[in-house]
Amino acid sequence: MSWETVVGLEVHCQLGTRTKLFCPCSTASFGKPANVNICPVCTGQPGVLPVLNRAAVELAFQAGLAFRCRIEPRSVFARKNYFYPDLPKGYQISQYELPFAQGGTLAIAGKEVRLHRIHMEEDAGKLLHAIGSEELPYSLVDFNRAGVPLIEIVSEADMRSPEEAFDYLTNLKAVLQYAGISRCDMEKGELRCDANVSVRRPGEPFGTKVEVKNLNSFRAVRDAIAYEVVRQSRAREAGEAIRQETRQWDAAAERTEPMRSKEEAHDYRYFPEPDLVPLVAEEAWVARLKAALPELPAARRARFVAELGLSDYDSGVVTAERALADYFEEALAAAAPEAGAKQVANWVQSDFLARVKAEKTSPDRAPVRPAMLGEIAKLVASGSISGKAGKDVFAACWETGKKPSDIVAELGLAQVSDEAAVAAWVDEAVKENPQAAADFRGGKPAAAGSLVGAVMRRSRGKANPALVNKLIKEKLAS
Amino acid sequence: MPLSLDEVRKVARLARLKLSDAELSRFEGQLGRVLEHMADLAALDTAAVPPTAHALGLSNVMRADEPVESGVQEALLANGPEREGPYLKVPKVIE
Repeated sequence: MSWETVVGLEVHCQLGTRTKLFCPCSTASFGKPANVNICPVCTGQPGVLPVLNRAAVELAFQAGLAFRCRIEPRSVFARKNYFYPDLPKGYQISQYELPFAQGGTLAIAGKEVRLHRIHMEEDAGKLLHAIGSEELPYSLVDFNRAGVPLIEIVSEADMRSPEEAFDYLTNLKAVLQYAGISRCDMEKGELRCDANVSVRRPGEPFGTKVEVKNLNSFRAVRDAIAYEVVRQSRAREAGEAIRQETRQWDAAAERTEPMRSKEEAHDYRYFPEPDLVPLVAEEAWVARLKAALPELPAARRARFVAELGLSDYDSGVVTAERALADYFEEALAAAAPEAGAKQVANWVQSDFLARVKAEKTSPDRAPVRPAMLGEIAKLVASGSISGKAGKDVFAACWETGKKPSDIVAELGLAQVSDEAAVAAWVDEAVKENPQAAADFRGGKPAAAGSLVGAVMRRSRGKANPALVNKLIKEKLAS
Repeated sequence: MPLSLDEVRKVARLARLKLSDAELSRFEGQLGRVLEHMADLAALDTAAVPPTAHALGLSNVMRADEPVESGVQEALLANGPEREGPYLKVPKVIE
């Protein structure tokens, strides 16, 4: 009998506020020198008081609403006590017994993953143990991130494979980005994930779980889970018990290893934070936040199918990221009415996405702006240029940032749809290829291919292919 | 005793306090009396009383999301035991 994988995920996500959770220090610290965004509150000086950031609370509530959680009428902040140099106060302000949101769901391929809870908390500072490859004999502390607002989204142990965990993260990120809750830039630490992994025989109660940390990408999450499942099921096959522990993923070595446990790490002695009053989610406030939620990925995907006639597959691709869906809609507006949604979706999925991936950029930073891609789709759809020329125009647009119509003029790519001109090329092609012409007349329609090729060579690719086909058939039928 | 000497040791270790044997036994007595008082309170029937996390009758004290530079970064860093450039310097933390 095989082993069943059981996965639950804990995702920390930075709320997209301008300031920290409990003090007015800026959150914009990526690429800045250490300790520029610090104040007496976030460095834990004696006698200071935290004051809650309203924007952080509203984004957190909107996250809860986007995942269809129950927003608790009353929630309370708590102190989580431990000593570590990245934690200036000796405690982290978090939520414990009374988080602001409970329940909720997130749809992934083929199932709904239940959420356990979402709570708000402040981030810790950053420790530096090495400069480049140089290991330091001491540690350096930067408190720029200390106090940055986070939500921790805790799922139920509902995922049954590394791929489901990957899907969950992809969809979770899409919802957070669509709703404008977080940019979710993993490189900047705006989205972080820990995985709880266990194995069991199907139908049995859950096995002992292992927490895996240091997962810096969705791929790392998937690979680390796959590794743990093999490690744990081998151990169980050998009759060994699984130790409840925290392990870290070593991406280079592609394995997990035990972390030296912070001593008594799990004795956090939570208690209600006396410096912060309770948070009451008044109904009217929550209703207003719910009404202000932008269209979420599932709704947009359904709308593109229902209103634009895209296939569910195409709609899924173009709505995978909010930036891409926005790009597609803008391009479509520029392409209509000559090019339809399906054609624009094709351009977005083929040339555009391939180039975005190859250049490791993003839709909102691509040099070919949506209006430009829309114009290219329009030029092709109206027959002004061939599909092949469209691809060349796209490439030239990407390189130069020039308008598609200017590139068409510069490169002389305008398609020739003038019947007399095309008919002249056809005459010459037939004269030059008597065998092909004879074969076609003799009942081999495939022979037209070499004639079309000959016309295209003569016209240097500019002859309108539909017209070429039509004129060849007319000529050889007579 | 409502509190054992081992529990006092554990609490001291979690709080990073180094206590002498004399202090340990003194706190064993003092903390024990605090817990006895809590036990007296626990005898009350509070089934109908909602739990309270705060003594003030306030809720939702919040501020606008407007950045303000503290201007005291240097003074805060000067409070640390050691510095290196813009960083605070601490004994090596082993992961």
